[in-house]
Amino acid sequence: MKGLLHTAILRKVLLNAVFAVLSALVPGVLAAQEHQTSQDTVAHDVAVHAEAGHEHAAEGGGAEAHVEEFKAGELIMEHIGDAHSWHLWGHTSLSLPVILWTDKGMEFFSSGKLMDEHHHAKPYTGAHYTYLLQHEKIKVLNADSSVNVDAKVTDFSLTKNAITLLMAVALLLWAFIGMARGYAKRGISAPKGLAKFLEPVILFVRDDIAKNSIGQKHYMRFTPYLLTLFFFIWALNLIGLIPIFPFGANVTGNIVTPLVLATITFLIVALVANKHFWLHIIAMPGIPWPVLIILTPIEIMGIFIRPFTLLIRLFANIMAGHIVLLVFFCLIFIFGKNGESLIGGYATSPFAMAFTIFINCLELLVAALQAYVFTLLTAIYIGTAVHEPHHAHAEHH
Amino acid sequence: MELVTPAIGLLFWMCLSFGIVVWLLAKYAWKPILKSVSDREHSIEDALNEAKKMRAEMATMTAGNEALMRQAREDRELLLKEARDIRDREIAAAKGKAKAEGDALLARAREDIRNEKSAAATDLKNEVGELSIRIAERILRDKLGDSAAQKALVEKVMNERDLRKS
Repeated sequence: MKGLLHTAILRKVLLNAVFAVLSALVPGVLAAQEHQTSQDTVAHDVAVHAEAGHEHAAEGGGAEAHVEEFKAGELIMEHIGDAHSWHLWGHTSLSLPVILWTDKGMEFFSSGKLMDEHHHAKPYTGAHYTYLLQHEKIKVLNADSSVNVDAKVTDFSLTKNAITLLMAVALLLWAFIGMARGYAKRGISAPKGLAKFLEPVILFVRDDIAKNSIGQKHYMRFTPYLLTLFFFIWALNLIGLIPIFPFGANVTGNIVTPLVLATITFLIVALVANKHFWLHIIAMPGIPWPVLIILTPIEIMGIFIRPFTLLIRLFANIMAGHIVLLVFFCLIFIFGKNGESLIGGYATSPFAMAFTIFINCLELLVAALQAYVFTLLTAIYIGTAVHEPHHAHAEHH
Repeated sequence: MELVTPAIGLLFWMCLSFGIVVWLLAKYAWKPILKSVSDREHSIEDALNEAKKMRAEMATMTAGNEALMRQAREDRELLLKEARDIRDREIAAAKGKAKAEGDALLARAREDIRNEKSAAATDLKNEVGELSIRIAERILRDKLGDSAAQKALVEKVMNERDLRKS
């Protein structure tokens, strides 16, 4: 009985996955065009780093200073992490507002104040403390320029990721509230414009994700949340793939986003779960008690593990995608020995580009797929929590 | 490790922005959108049901019409048959009656003829009888006018009788 059910769910999941693949192919066409820009930007970026290395070496003085070693790992980490300024091109970057919550009060200043003209960190004395940017983290400096590790300063800055988040929110609100207006205007006639493309996706989330996983009785309660979840993740995934300003921030690949989303899933499940659900967690009916000694802890752990896997899956997939893309670019500079071996660089470029195109297309698929998987699993967890047994007694006795 | 350490600031912005988006979209986007979509679905479903009902009605109406037509045809057949039967019966009856009448007439005529014939025969018999008596009278008067002849005849008759007896 249970096996059959699982097979049915699996088949449904596969069907849905096929749909997700198809839906991802539509933006795939756009991506192919965009790709060229992406190459240029990141490549340029890498070049800038290399250049900075040169300068640094020159400043350090001396002919013995070779080119600073190209550190792909550092570069990649910098790109997938959050930042207090938004790098545009060359030595130009956009300063972002720094907001600090200190025990002496709030601090507001531009992140540009923490950088010198060469984009190197420099200390800045604000209203309450002196601050220094170290690996994109704001540290408080003591009078003797040593880092004060006990400083009670919390960083609420509008970082690159925070701004991208707000941008995604604005985008979603604009798109869907506009869409809702269109519906109000046109009544029940066929959708037009953006709605034409988005309505099938909305229906897909409502019918294939919410209705199938949660059930006829409860699904409408959760559909608005699931829709928001799906489009939020999808939008942020896609924004992360667009390499030109003001996009490209790795938000869903930052631990915070999946953490918050998975926590909300956990809270929803915990809040809406019915007696039946808890009973099955604490003491699965029809199971002899010696088995329960093992089973109950596993079930209790399961409540936490399930949202945790959601978190890890989204985080790892998106972050890995960004890393793979960057690795292929870095290959050019690794084989080109950071400008010393032009032949190496040029020889590697076509392969790197080909792979990047391929990975980019794959990432477009992953962007939709991860949004889908996160939403589907959230719906399934909610479904198990609100599921009412119809023939439970017949099954267990 | 830094990768998996959530930044408090970003956590705050994430909660804030996601909270806002969930709330605003649920209120101003999903509710009207889902409502219009389900309204549309219902109207389509209603229209389809209506159409189905109409079609069924049409079918029953056509079937009814056909049944009526068939009934009418059957009725006509029946009526025609009845009419034919009545006609046949009438004709047969008329024929029978006419025959009977004719027969009766014939019988009477025959009777009349027979009567006439016998009457005529009787008349003729009487006539012949009278005539033969008269002839016989005449002959007797002529032949037996004298007594000798009468005697001779009586003789002759007497002889004949005697001869035959002996």
